Amino acid sequence: MEHSAHEHDHSELGPTELRVRALETVLTRKGYIEPAALDALIDTYQTRVEPRNGARVVARAWVDPAFREWLLHDATAAIESMGYRGRQGEHMVVVENTEQTHHMVVCTLCSCYPWPVLGLPPTWYKSAPYRSRVVREPRAVLAEFGVVLPPQTTIRVWDSTAEVRYLVLPRAPEGCAHLPQEALAALVTRDSMIGTGLPLPVGALR
Amino acid sequence: MSVSAHVSRADLGGQLGHGRVLPEAEGELWHAAWEPRVLAMTLAMGATGQWNIDMSRAARESLPGYAAMSYYEIWLHGLLKLMLERGLVTEEEVTTGEVRTPPRTLARVLREADVPRVLAQVSPTERRIDAPPRFAVGDAVRCFDGDIPHHTRLPAYVRGRHGTVVAQRGAHVFADAHATGRGEMPCHLYSVAFDGRELWGHEAEAGGLLVSVDAWEPYLSPA
Repeated sequence: MEHSAHEHDHSELGPTELRVRALETVLTRKGYIEPAALDALIDTYQTRVEPRNGARVVARAWVDPAFREWLLHDATAAIESMGYRGRQGEHMVVVENTEQTHHMVVCTLCSCYPWPVLGLPPTWYKSAPYRSRVVREPRAVLAEFGVVLPPQTTIRVWDSTAEVRYLVLPRAPEGCAHLPQEALAALVTRDSMIGTGLPLPVGALR
Repeated sequence: MSVSAHVSRADLGGQLGHGRVLPEAEGELWHAAWEPRVLAMTLAMGATGQWNIDMSRAARESLPGYAAMSYYEIWLHGLLKLMLERGLVTEEEVTTGEVRTPPRTLARVLREADVPRVLAQVSPTERRIDAPPRFAVGDAVRCFDGDIPHHTRLPAYVRGRHGTVVAQRGAHVFADAHATGRGEMPCHLYSVAFDGRELWGHEAEAGGLLVSVDAWEPYLSPA
């Protein structure tokens, strides 16, 4: 009997795990994929394409007015100038939170998300509760993230139904003007760039 | 295109009954060891050029078991469907892990050494077209209202609704055509914003709400 590409004791594996292993074995043997390429893909998304990239973009926009202007008018080019480019970041638009307006991003149809600046989307972003509700009751959704906005704030929800990808430029926390860019980036959470959170307060820095 | 109507199970905007959102810490990417393998296989098979991104979305979103599947189960079954439809693998092969049929020759296979280059590669969907945009920022528009018997990116919750063009996004590959093998058919794309009360009536949440979708010109008519 031939052995599979993953030679393990399969007795404790669930049906999906077994199916995925069988699939990888067949695709490898047919020459359609190279397992080492899969490892490299996974490594990239675990270590290099992740939300700290977006945090650095936001922090720079907070301290550099010319960059902020560029980001708001040609986000794709401004982001690329910081070295972040790649799939799912081809057509970037940055939307800026103000005292009057709070932006939130969703893909109600699937899971469209700006990978080069935020990495892979979190599970909740791809889930039915978020996708169904944020276009209808964004304040209730925000409350589940612990965020309460003043009633007079207008919420703008951007449903990523085409290939445009949205990044929220959150408002800088109070009292952060003296901080260097790297410290500011540490205050920028992933959720604040989707619009389901706010940046951390300056006091969060130790 | 198949004569049987395409039914999307993924068009969730505005649906009731899905429960609470469960926030998650940054960096929590996987919930089972097989999930990253499915992501990577989907990307690697996508790189072979046997289908385009809209075809893969259509395959996932029309899975009959969509609602009961986890995210990466949807990806797994979408990938299987794309490969089975094209005869790249057989049901028996993916069940047993044994090769039973000769492999097809693929023009491209993703090699480890090419991963950084391929990941940095961008695939813009914007195209130059001769036709001028039909709508300008500020124009009142109404979305197509009715069933669409193929893959589409016009969500049900905006169909028949009145909105305002808030941005022109250039001309882009038209997902509806691209997913159904009709080529790129690029057309102008707009961000169209809808007032919460237009979408949800008296059930709208208190407080100002504008929801926008990115809509290709064929979805829109003047209002």
